[in-house]
Amino acid sequence: MYCLGIESTAHTFGASVVTEHGQILSDVRDAYVSAPGTGIHPREAAEHHSMVAATVVSKAVGNASIKASQLDGVAIALGPGLGPCLRVGATVARSIASFFHTPLVPVNHAIGHIEIGTLTTGANDPLVVLVSGGHTAIAAFSGGKWRIFGETEDITLGNLYDMFAREINLPSPAGPEIEKLAAKSENFISLPYVVKGNDVSYSGLLTASLAKLRNGVSLEDVCYSMQEVSCSMLAEAVERSLAYTRKKEVLLTGGVAANRTLQKKLSDVAGLHDATPHVVKQAYTGDCGPQIAWTGMLALRSGVTVAIPESRVRPRWRLEDVDVVWRREAS
Amino acid sequence: MAVRKTRLPKPYRVQQLDAMIRRGRTIHETNLMHEARKLGVPVPAIQHIDPDTSSFVMDYLNGPTLKEELYVVSPETRRKQCNTLGRTVALIHEGGIVHGDLTISNVLCAESKLFLIDFGLGDFSTELEDRGVDLLLLSRAMKSTHIKFHEEIFSAFVNGYCASVGKRRGVETVGKMREIERRGRYFERG
Repeated sequence: MYCLGIESTAHTFGASVVTEHGQILSDVRDAYVSAPGTGIHPREAAEHHSMVAATVVSKAVGNASIKASQLDGVAIALGPGLGPCLRVGATVARSIASFFHTPLVPVNHAIGHIEIGTLTTGANDPLVVLVSGGHTAIAAFSGGKWRIFGETEDITLGNLYDMFAREINLPSPAGPEIEKLAAKSENFISLPYVVKGNDVSYSGLLTASLAKLRNGVSLEDVCYSMQEVSCSMLAEAVERSLAYTRKKEVLLTGGVAANRTLQKKLSDVAGLHDATPHVVKQAYTGDCGPQIAWTGMLALRSGVTVAIPESRVRPRWRLEDVDVVWRREAS
Repeated sequence: MAVRKTRLPKPYRVQQLDAMIRRGRTIHETNLMHEARKLGVPVPAIQHIDPDTSSFVMDYLNGPTLKEELYVVSPETRRKQCNTLGRTVALIHEGGIVHGDLTISNVLCAESKLFLIDFGLGDFSTELEDRGVDLLLLSRAMKSTHIKFHEEIFSAFVNGYCASVGKRRGVETVGKMREIERRGRYFERG
């Protein structure tokens, strides 16, 4: 079986073909890059996606050495994400599905991050830590759904880094750049640390970090301290959730999963609770086609499809609203 | 007799940040305990606070947790105790405090009273949401260990709670608890 997956929720337009055994036959991406000091402009990103869509999709099918007519399903990330971007991917997916009479499979982008994480790490029943521009959430599977255990009360961890970067004229996503700057300092300055139960709040940290910068604290010191505080906050929220759920695995996934400081802290937390730490394979931390294609394959095999007239995009589609019929409850 | 509660360092935090947090939380927790005590809620008395070692010393209470007690007492006593707990929780809520980790393991039966302990996740709050979380955590805890008479003891708790805060406020808080429960976030422990 072959499933094509199309990702276009934010800056990346990606396409991929996977098999039912989880082999990723192709992975083609083209990302919209915003000017330094600015964030994603939804309309411009959508224009970018529509320009590259045909090339990316045909390469994905070609690299998989199959013909589009051989596809058993076309998976599309219908949300959550930026409306104009989502609509480009959805239009492309509907056209292919309609032309080849192939089932259209609706995929939640966040579930995609989780499934590509379990596929590439072998994690079985993990406590999931999903960190990206759009999400900062701690989730565990129960009763057929991924339940949110803890999350950010305001901006996401990716947002924190990107919004900080914008102020200092770095392009987004800015995580890697901030990590590099942080590595140059070990001088910790005090910044607000806000954990409420299993939740975190980053907006105060952003304001305070920018204020430190304006007050003459070096960029390296601010980056180091902001990264330490933000990752430690999440680590503590994860520790609480681990103690509560007694899960024996932790899976770090999403774009910010590439951050080594965060990886180290979560590995330390897992160690305190005799849990095995997993990190999604580096190549699939950021938004990509395979996360949609593989989740689509799982859904398709469980009979989850959507009729084209019902395949509206869902910019605010929440992770915990998805019925995950293909995943079995851990006993 | 006394007992010392110490916050231990977390290996995943840089030393400076870790020390700051542990110190701050020690002060915060003892503040909450002190304020709760002033409201007339049975809470172990604090003897000594030592922010530099992130620890404090409080009275040692010789008695079982409510969780243990509920296994052995008569149906009438358990209803009475849960009713009393409802009145106690109402007192802290009305006084602007939420416990944050309200379970029957964090209630001690001593000196013929019910003591609330472990305010580490507590806060000064009058938010309905925070009060609802307190009730939900308690309900979950009762359910996980006393499934056979969970409804009986939880409704005894609610009766005591409502008797103190008033029917309208009580119903509102229980309603909020149900709403939080529907969000599916605080599911039962695996």
